[in-house]
Amino acid sequence: MLIRHPEPIPEREVTDASIFLRRRQFLQNAAVGAAVLTAGGPFLAGCTDAQEPPARGPKLPGVKAGPPALATDETPTAYHDATAYNNFYEFGTDKGDPARYAGSLRTEPWSVTVEGEVAKPGVVPLEEILRPHPLEERIYRLRCVEAWSMVIPWVGFPLGDLLKRFEPTSNARYVAFETLHDPEQMPGQKRRVLDWPYREGLRMDEAMHPLAILAVGMYGEALPNQNGAPLRLVVPWKYGFKSIKSIVKIRLQREQPYTSWNDQAPREYGFHANVNPEVDHPRWSQKRERRIGDYRKRPTLPFNGYGEQVASLYAGMDLRVLF
Amino acid sequence: MRQLQAAVVAAGLLPLAWLIQGAVRGTLGANPVETITHTTGGWALRLLLVTLAVTPLRRLFGWSALVPFRRTAGLLAFSYACLHFATYVALDLGFDLAAVVEDVAERPYITVGFTTFLLLVPLAATSTRAAVRRLGRRWVRLHRLVYVAAVGAVVHFLWLVKADLREPAIYAGIVASLLGARLWWWLSSRRASLAAHPEATSAER
Repeated sequence: MLIRHPEPIPEREVTDASIFLRRRQFLQNAAVGAAVLTAGGPFLAGCTDAQEPPARGPKLPGVKAGPPALATDETPTAYHDATAYNNFYEFGTDKGDPARYAGSLRTEPWSVTVEGEVAKPGVVPLEEILRPHPLEERIYRLRCVEAWSMVIPWVGFPLGDLLKRFEPTSNARYVAFETLHDPEQMPGQKRRVLDWPYREGLRMDEAMHPLAILAVGMYGEALPNQNGAPLRLVVPWKYGFKSIKSIVKIRLQREQPYTSWNDQAPREYGFHANVNPEVDHPRWSQKRERRIGDYRKRPTLPFNGYGEQVASLYAGMDLRVLF
Repeated sequence: MRQLQAAVVAAGLLPLAWLIQGAVRGTLGANPVETITHTTGGWALRLLLVTLAVTPLRRLFGWSALVPFRRTAGLLAFSYACLHFATYVALDLGFDLAAVVEDVAERPYITVGFTTFLLLVPLAATSTRAAVRRLGRRWVRLHRLVYVAAVGAVVHFLWLVKADLREPAIYAGIVASLLGARLWWWLSSRRASLAAHPEATSAER
């Protein structure tokens, strides 16, 4: 395999990156502190204010607003909820486990293997992955397959822009992603709840769609570990499980890739997993959802409200069969 | 005795008290309705298992002192089952009865959960001393429904879980042991009575 050596990086940008990563470390510590407070549960509740927001890190520099046409004007979910109520089975299956245990994930150094049907494969340090891409804020709805949803102001850049740098060949029809597999850092992987590592995938046209981004931050700050630091996918028109976290491998290929939930329970989770109120999960209705922070449920929108942008990708497909 | 019963009831209501203070203070997490649903359902199941454990503990260790608390635990279990069902209908679905009907008809874990809840109703309704006296032997037969309800409650939990079966599997193991012990004793006593009276049929037992 060809290993592509990263281009030399100007001195000032190295400094930027290390500040970026130190900020992430700061956030991790803050998250662990918050988790310790939370774990005290009802008995501590009498003496500490459990509602106190966790300490927040400094803002990521140089983030500009994304295309207004792609943003929602809905109110973002409370930062505390978005960082304390997570599905990230690598750290445990309880919603609070990721915030509690993700402190053991080391996001520095981090590199991503890009391989398969590309002209320029390589093992690329995170700094090099990020270097050419201006960071944008993208405020997206996030709809979990479990019928709850959030609004998250992500910070990231279009996935398509990254893929183009590696020059996909004409055989590249799908993109496969992999999360880190290291049970020492991700204690949830010590039990075989899923067939680790977590894997997800997109069709090439989905991956190149301007709505699909790689995120490195949220709420203007570096991603907390429990939200998929240091690099995660965000595909807002699909159920949340498609938006794979803590990515270490991107492989372009001709065949449809293995995807964790789809292959574990194909009746329940489709490969496409487009948000679709017409196709119920066998165990729960997808017609409505509870926005975290709301009491009443609201109707779920086709493609999570992004139909205008993405419905054409699926023209002529029977979405009841290819759900 | 009366004070002891009151203490058991008070202890059984602690999870409810925790939910109420959490709801008032807004500390039930990002999805409070889910927290309330899971907490009430979990305690309904655990208290149901407590009622099922009384007979085996008495037979194995002679702990007859537990017997008077079985009904208390059973009624607490039923109370949490009611709260669980009410949370689902009122807080989760906002009294959308069409959605309730659809769920009960189409989602197996809810079908089982709802059936389990219905099975508990006649048991709670016949829990008074007067009912026990009035029904006599039929009371014992009716209250064997609790075995079905325990299995139903565990299946409800098992079918709800996405991938991590650890917790429901623990409850499944407990139910299997509690019901297995009864089956074992029943088979042994049947064998003993058949040996003593070879002419007796099982219908006369």
